[in-house]
Amino acid sequence: MSAPLDLPKWADTVLVPAVSVVCAFLVAGLVVLAIGEDPVSATRYLIQGSLGSGEGLGFTLFYTTDFIFTGLAVAVAYHAGLFNIGGEGQATLGGLGAALTVLNLSFLPGFLLIPLGILGAAAFGAAWAAIPGYLQAKRGSHIVITTIMFNWLASVLIVYLLVNVLREAQSMNPETREFPAQSHIPFMHEVFAAFGIEIPSSQLNLSLILALAAAFGVWLLIYRSRLGYAIRVVGSNPTAAVYAGISPARITIIAMLLSGALAGGLAVNELMGYQHRLLLEFTAGYGFVGIAVALMGRAHPVGIILASLLFGILYQGGAELAFEQPAITRDMVVVISGIIILFAGALDGLFRRLVVRVLHSTKAARA
Amino acid sequence: MEFSTIYAVLDSALRLSIPLLAACLAGLWSERSGVVDIGLEGKMLVAAFAAAAAAHAFGSAWIGLMAGIGAAVAFSLIHGFASISQRGNQIVSGVAINLLAAGLTAIVGNAWYGQGGRTPPLEGAERFQDALFGHSAPVYFALLAVPVTWFVLARTRFGLRLRAVGENPAAVDTAGISVTGLRYSAVVICGVLCGLAGTYLSVGQSAGFLNNMTAGKGFIALAALIFAKWRAWPALGACFLFGLLDAVAIRLQGIALPGIGEVPVQAIQALPYLMTIILLAGVIGTAIPPRASGVPYVKER
Repeated sequence: MSAPLDLPKWADTVLVPAVSVVCAFLVAGLVVLAIGEDPVSATRYLIQGSLGSGEGLGFTLFYTTDFIFTGLAVAVAYHAGLFNIGGEGQATLGGLGAALTVLNLSFLPGFLLIPLGILGAAAFGAAWAAIPGYLQAKRGSHIVITTIMFNWLASVLIVYLLVNVLREAQSMNPETREFPAQSHIPFMHEVFAAFGIEIPSSQLNLSLILALAAAFGVWLLIYRSRLGYAIRVVGSNPTAAVYAGISPARITIIAMLLSGALAGGLAVNELMGYQHRLLLEFTAGYGFVGIAVALMGRAHPVGIILASLLFGILYQGGAELAFEQPAITRDMVVVISGIIILFAGALDGLFRRLVVRVLHSTKAARA
Repeated sequence: MEFSTIYAVLDSALRLSIPLLAACLAGLWSERSGVVDIGLEGKMLVAAFAAAAAAHAFGSAWIGLMAGIGAAVAFSLIHGFASISQRGNQIVSGVAINLLAAGLTAIVGNAWYGQGGRTPPLEGAERFQDALFGHSAPVYFALLAVPVTWFVLARTRFGLRLRAVGENPAAVDTAGISVTGLRYSAVVICGVLCGLAGTYLSVGQSAGFLNNMTAGKGFIALAALIFAKWRAWPALGACFLFGLLDAVAIRLQGIALPGIGEVPVQAIQALPYLMTIILLAGVIGTAIPPRASGVPYVKER
């Protein structure tokens, strides 16, 4: 049964995920057909809506920023052998951290307040992830179950706080008052305008730069630092790690702290960059998309950026598509991420064997 | 508090605990055989949608039940294929199932009925009517599933083998019994029970399907399963407890308790999750899952 699974590195890191993603899109196309719509024109609208105009591209990159953060969050934990599905909850708490910081320190100037808000988001996200991490490391509670429970706890907590504590007086909506103006992360079109360059206005803000910096930081950490090496050793063989003098418990907690802090980045982009207030359900399932992104990108920062761009295209294009072909609502993107998680994650072995078989048969044909 | 109030709360607690119970037993079958299932939520959701759609189309709640079971079993088999045949990551597969279910029910519901994902309201024979003591048939199916699950797992050869496959599949394999076959049958039983849970939601408790109507019940069922330590009778207790919390939360909305004041609904809603976390942390007792759960079985090792 277990055929030799030796694949050249390029095939393993690029070809296998690419094949599974292509297959995922084929299946998604079948779903579109099944509800009586035209997948070809749907694809056209999708591409046009996401990449066809400067404005569309801006929105695409805005969503890309979200997914880079949540994808990196999943990836860092993944390298330590942990499956963090708590991105939603950690980002929710990150939003709380950002809101509490900028609303309470509104007397500070922007160049202090923005970094502090980002730190607040990262710290709250990290703390929310650290508890499951601690429980896994010290008490052996399964991290998957605890992060699921923490997602629900976070959503219950945020409803309580927004309805009863943080809600703006005289407002019916469960949301905070607007963040002070100097804490808004500048929109990209404003930044460009300052240099005299005009680009179409969109939600895209400087958080994208932060996300790319975070991706570079994660790459440095995982592949170029002592800590990253320890994380990968614990992820691939905790027993060997112990013999090498690495404490898996310590690494587990550190990896979860980093993972939660990265998930907090979602709140930075969504709240400090665009919504400018804390509101319910701003995470919108992006934490789960991060799982698809990380699996597709093979938990490597470059792969994650590319996969995030793909999902950015899907989210922005999907919104335009829903406008043109109303039967294909944005839930289609949820379906596609589900299929990608299934194909690139759970059925990885199947696609790997497929690629091995094809490669070996072409090699045999050439010989 | 008057007797009638207590009765009303208990009655609604039973009603609210039924979908939890069916889903919890579903998870019990799957995990006892060594297949971890965090996709209970998704399977309930597809079942709820399929049941409501079929009940509407054919004018019968029973056909709805069959459709619900069919849909949940189909999703179970996807999970089974990924985790048993392909030895994939069971958690990842479960996440995929949940997303697929949430997306597909919304898309298909919108495409078919154009009401933002809702199915048309069900009436008359399209819904399960009260059969006995003010409760409908699925309630009794779910309750009956408790002794049946206990009996089959604890007292029959099939049950012994199924439990063994969740603890030590290699031993079962050595005895010449198919690990794959046992796990697939557990996964199918899991699908049937998820189908019952979902159907009860849309065709019994409510009159039709609403977008994302499971709203985390599959995860509460998962919590109840851990709370019950993967055993059938305690599962009944845990699910009733969580159902009771839900009923009390609804009852206490806007009511000030003497000495405490108004209890926020969210505090009660958070309890199942909190209790599970505390239990998992080993502060009160321990919860040890079946030994081989989550581990794909590789024959030639």
